[in-house]
Amino acid sequence: MVKPIFSKGKIVAKTGNEMMAEAMRQIAPDVVAAYPITPATEIVQIFSQFVADGKVPTEFVAVESEHSAMSATIAASVAGARAMTGTSSQGFALMWEMLYIAAGLRLPIVMAEVNRALSAPINIHGDQSDTMGARDAGWIQIYSEDPQEAYDNMIQSVRIAETAKLPTMVTTDGFIISHCMAAAEVYPDEDVKEFVGTYKPERYLLDYKRPFTLGSIEMQDYYFEHRYQLAQAQRDAKKIILDVAKDFKNKFGREYGFYEKYKMDDAEVAIVTIGSAAGTTKAVINELREKGIKAGLIKIRIFRPFPADEIAKDLANVKALAVLDRADSCSGTFAPVYSDVVAAMYANGVTGPKTENYVYGLGGREIDMTHIADVFKHLDEVAKGKAQASKTVEYINVRIK
Amino acid sequence: MKNEEKKPTAAELPAGGIVEAGTAAQFKTGPWRSIKPVWSKEKCKACMICWIYCPDASIQVADGKVTGIDYDHCKGCGICSKECKFGAITMEAEKK
Repeated sequence: MVKPIFSKGKIVAKTGNEMMAEAMRQIAPDVVAAYPITPATEIVQIFSQFVADGKVPTEFVAVESEHSAMSATIAASVAGARAMTGTSSQGFALMWEMLYIAAGLRLPIVMAEVNRALSAPINIHGDQSDTMGARDAGWIQIYSEDPQEAYDNMIQSVRIAETAKLPTMVTTDGFIISHCMAAAEVYPDEDVKEFVGTYKPERYLLDYKRPFTLGSIEMQDYYFEHRYQLAQAQRDAKKIILDVAKDFKNKFGREYGFYEKYKMDDAEVAIVTIGSAAGTTKAVINELREKGIKAGLIKIRIFRPFPADEIAKDLANVKALAVLDRADSCSGTFAPVYSDVVAAMYANGVTGPKTENYVYGLGGREIDMTHIADVFKHLDEVAKGKAQASKTVEYINVRIK
Repeated sequence: MKNEEKKPTAAELPAGGIVEAGTAAQFKTGPWRSIKPVWSKEKCKACMICWIYCPDASIQVADGKVTGIDYDHCKGCGICSKECKFGAITMEAEKK
């Protein structure tokens, strides 16, 4: 239950989509270009209503596809505008080509993204396959556990993107967060406005007194340097993300970091996951703690840039851990979050903990407390040497045989 | 560009591949042309349609009249010839 923290805040009952649209209204970007897609439709639908009602001065561009949505957003950003969009799943996939261009051109676009399964088979429900596939696109990725985080992340993302000069996507789990109403605190318009500030691009194409060329061809002798810049910008973004979080806490009172640690100080068994499953995991941890099992959770908020050194340090003292991925790499080996977590551990010399990787919840498949409890039960046995950690990815709640 | 030129590093280059405007003037971007436009001063009425349509700014003008073709940058696309209403620009094969 969300409690009011900011002195001028107001508790409301809103869905993830409503909170993201509310954040967009308060941010009041110059341009929003979008195309509807379940379950993200509401975000831009509500926002376009704000525009129609004169509640926000944004230029809303109703485009004919998501490829065009991202193209128009890029064009607006290049022109010097603060530009945003929103999408999900297939629409996100249709943006693919332009995602890399937004990042390569270092445009601080912000996208509200609702995580949904990818076709085929067609499915409208929540999993993280869409944005996990774009983890190498050069975008900052911020995942949200609930409507409050979605709102807070949107507000922070504008400053993160514009300082890091990197496009940034803020996501929620489809339907589970996007459509479920929860208590959340909204801040007054003027405070949000003050926090995000005005966008002052160093260069922009509508500045006709200082013309420049953007998007030119670069061959063997220049391309690599600019791609290195992009990778370095992600590394540099870590400090920016923490600085913005610090300012956010000072202003609004809520604390954010790369990830949230829940009862990790003395944890012997731990789960690492992203998004709404974290809430379920916390409830299970509370029960296990009453039974004397030292269980903990790391809920990743910032997946790109990946907080490798920090997460390795925080997992160093557990005996067994499981990474729960709501996306499968179909790589023959492991899923994306596990791969990064274990690489981070090994690179930091953290080889003590036994590790497991589970894929769960594809296409919105239920993950409940019993499933999480089973994972912890197995981890407890692995920690005590009564069971072996699997050498391959395991699956939760799927009919295999 | 000369081979011995020291190229800027990632730290020195502007982010996102920004380059100053108008750098095409430094490069000859037309040599791969297979056909070339040939302009007839006699037939030209200086309507400037070719100048409007040319995607490579290769129609040379002075005092409001066409004076020739910039073969360093013309790629031989033929739009000028296609659009000319007076037959003043014809396309001819490049002779190597």
